[in-house]
Amino acid sequence: MVLVLALGDLHVPHRAADLPPKFKSMLVPGKIQHIICTGNLCIKEIHDYLKTICPDLHIVRGEFDEDARYPENKTLTIGQFKLGLCHGHQVIPWGDLDSLAMLQRQLGVDILVTGHTHQFTAYKHEGGVVINPGSATGAYSSINQDVNPSFVLMDIDGFRAVVYVYELIDGEVKVDKIEFKKPPTTNSAP
Amino acid sequence: MIADDDEKWLAAAIAAVKQHAFYMQRAIDSNNLKDALKFSAQMLSELRTSKLSPHKYYELYIRVFNELGTLEIFFKEETGRGCSIAELYELVQHAGNILPRLYLLCTIGSVYIKSKDVTATDILKDLVEMCRAVQHPLRGLFLRSYLAQVTRDKLPSIGSDLEGDGDAHMNALEFVLQNFTEMNKLWVRMQHQGPSREKDKREKERNELRDLVGKNLHVLSQLEGVDLGIYRDTVLPRILEQVVNCKDELAQCYLMDCIIQVFPDDFHLQTLDVLLGACPQLQPSVDIKTVLSGLMERLSNYAASSVEALPNFLQVEAFSKLNYAIGKVVEAQVDLPAAASVTLYLFLLKFTLHVYSDRLDYVDEVLGSCVTQLSATGKLCDDKAAKQIVAFLSAPLEKYNNVVTILKLTNYPRVMEYLDHETNKAMAIIIVQSVLKNNTHIATADEVDALFELAKGLIKDFDGKVDYEIDEEDFQEEQNLVARLVHKLYSDDPEEMSKIIFTVRKHILAGGPKRLPLTIPPLVFSALKLIRRLRGGDENPFGDDASATPKRILQLLSEASTVEVLSDVSAPDLALRLYLQCAQAANDCELETVTYEFFTKAYLLYEEEISDSKAQVTALRLIIGTLQRMRVFNVENRDTLTHKATGYSARLLRKPDQCRAVYECSHLFWADECENLKDGERVVLCLKRAQRIADAVQQMANASRGTSSTGSVALYVELLNKYLYFLEKGNPQVTGDTIQSLAELIRSETKKVESEPFINSTMRYIEFQRQQDGMDEKYEKIKMEWFE
Repeated sequence: MVLVLALGDLHVPHRAADLPPKFKSMLVPGKIQHIICTGNLCIKEIHDYLKTICPDLHIVRGEFDEDARYPENKTLTIGQFKLGLCHGHQVIPWGDLDSLAMLQRQLGVDILVTGHTHQFTAYKHEGGVVINPGSATGAYSSINQDVNPSFVLMDIDGFRAVVYVYELIDGEVKVDKIEFKKPPTTNSAP
Repeated sequence: MIADDDEKWLAAAIAAVKQHAFYMQRAIDSNNLKDALKFSAQMLSELRTSKLSPHKYYELYIRVFNELGTLEIFFKEETGRGCSIAELYELVQHAGNILPRLYLLCTIGSVYIKSKDVTATDILKDLVEMCRAVQHPLRGLFLRSYLAQVTRDKLPSIGSDLEGDGDAHMNALEFVLQNFTEMNKLWVRMQHQGPSREKDKREKERNELRDLVGKNLHVLSQLEGVDLGIYRDTVLPRILEQVVNCKDELAQCYLMDCIIQVFPDDFHLQTLDVLLGACPQLQPSVDIKTVLSGLMERLSNYAASSVEALPNFLQVEAFSKLNYAIGKVVEAQVDLPAAASVTLYLFLLKFTLHVYSDRLDYVDEVLGSCVTQLSATGKLCDDKAAKQIVAFLSAPLEKYNNVVTILKLTNYPRVMEYLDHETNKAMAIIIVQSVLKNNTHIATADEVDALFELAKGLIKDFDGKVDYEIDEEDFQEEQNLVARLVHKLYSDDPEEMSKIIFTVRKHILAGGPKRLPLTIPPLVFSALKLIRRLRGGDENPFGDDASATPKRILQLLSEASTVEVLSDVSAPDLALRLYLQCAQAANDCELETVTYEFFTKAYLLYEEEISDSKAQVTALRLIIGTLQRMRVFNVENRDTLTHKATGYSARLLRKPDQCRAVYECSHLFWADECENLKDGERVVLCLKRAQRIADAVQQMANASRGTSSTGSVALYVELLNKYLYFLEKGNPQVTGDTIQSLAELIRSETKKVESEPFINSTMRYIEFQRQQDGMDEKYEKIKMEWFE
């Protein structure tokens, strides 16, 4: 059982003061093995904070990120899954699933994690799964009119991934879950 | 040498005491009263010495004291054996020297009291009088101390069996008071003994003895029957009389503190004016502020620990009395250092916060008194005072945990005026952190204005002078605090919210070039959030010109030098991004001209300010992505902007970047949800243009032998995917033929290099799509015969 925290688009301090207290109390150090972050933190303090939750932090560049050294995209393998990470402002039209599918083919990954729209999605298509953890702070978005703070926790075990989405709606944390299984015989790369 | 002698004499005296005690014990064992008395008198004579320092004398005294205990038991037994008290008393009087005689009288007297032959009162009266015969300060102090110790548990009190007449406890009181008075006099007299050059030594010695005197007050506090009435009418006045009249700084300081510590808090509360009234009568050199601080701290703790006592505080008007007393002290002590007077006010403030937390007027008054004091000393320049003021100002913050309450204290900003620049900023940080930590929401423009005024040390440079010494990271962290603060300013009423935004903007713009890139963005987003709110609500038909509308706010962002300033301070990338955000908001409000204006500004920045090639690629992507979503433009405007965007794309520095940007532009001609924004032809024109650039890349790669041409193949595959995208979307200009020819091109190129995973996944996608219902026709023409 490997726990992977996926979150992003916090936009601190441009659009939000901090993560919601209810989320902060849930994100306890030592429980999570990897963090994948879609970007737009935007400041070092948030980077440092995420590192205290888990030292294995993978992060890609959002268009408002202060640190210019984050890569445009990143791939990594966890369990039997190959994951791809990209902020999403690079994929036009923004939020378009077919365009995202193209990126997924390009990166050759089973699970593509992107952000930018501040809207949680978990979408399965021919090439794999696209997950958008939304905005962890519920930050303002020009794309999404009604943003609730959200983040995703993936439990990856071999060929099976259970995706838990946590959303803060009207002051209460709501949880939902989706399961994905990767067929053992299919390979993404030769 | 003196110290050595001291040791020698002490050793000798102790040896002598031991010897006499031995014989005394032998006499006691053989019931020889006469001899017991003789030897005890000899032993006590050792205490007649003048050679010992107080510290050493105390050691000797303890030895003797222990031996006297045995003697006391013997006397008791003797009375049991028929020797009357009166006889013992008589016998003792014949002892040679006065000091031994008095010690023995005290010893017997204490036995006498228990026997109840004569009233305790008379004995006590007698003894306390007789001790007057010893006027030597050191010896007299210890003698009286012995008297107090030996009578301690025999003092008459209500309900005890020693009670002679009704006023027994008053007499006990009188005894202790008198003993105290005499002891204090002796103690004070020590100050004047000996040469003036040894003053420090004498004071040190006196300090060692002070508990002997203080003990009496302790005994008084424990006496039964000393209730509030008696304390107020007799005990306190008598003690204070002695304290004031002795005119000795050391004694006054110690005894005032003793009174405060030893007697119960509710006594102090009820006698506050008497106690405070004594303060001005003390010697000028007495450190009054320590006394008052001690008193206020005790009363603060009292208020904190017992809620039932709180009404008493109001009843006795504790606040005004203390406030007045402190004012008098500060007035009188003209060269009191700033740190000291602030500490005094700090204690008063803590006291006020504890006891009168709902009386903001009192709190404000204390702040005001501090201001008056500070105005006399001017701006602070010492660290100690600065630290105290920070503690002073932090106290109400910590108590109320709500900055909005602090904003109501009119004197609070006035105190801050007296801080030096660095401390002012430190205090501003504390205030802002308090808002963030307590999640305080500030809901009116006036409060926002007041808050930003208070925090001005953080928000702008002092007197226009830039602080160059500060660490970059620290500076950014500080300004990020301000940025976060902006998100705590919120009103449900859009009009008020608009005013808040204008107020914040006013303060932030004064921040200078270093601060703006960090503080403008939150302001902009706060405004955009408001615009979205306004859009959702009804347009107010009766609103005047000044009322909040999306248009007005967008105007603020576009014209009135808000985002603009960022390009002046070398943050064009940020400015461009903010303009694009504003454009989207304007688009959503269907304000075509305004949206167009924002794009114009963004384009200008792109052309003139953004020169780094990587930055250009990202900026252009953002432009294309934003433009793709615009629905408000008429054909002409749209065409102009699109044409420019494609122009920029084709002119990027590196050909691969050009290719990609151009094919992204194809989306500008296709809006999925809008039928009249689907121009299939121009989509294909774009893709073909992109392909020509890819061809150029291919040629360059072929020309330089040995360079892998995977780069250009990747571009072709990307293009292929784009064609597939539009095929799926139903662009009539994209046919299977187009795709097939591109696929064949890729195939021919990939014969020269390893096959790419992207190609494989694209292939799989095509196959998958072909299987879907109704897709046969579209995919018919695409025959992918891949090698192997």
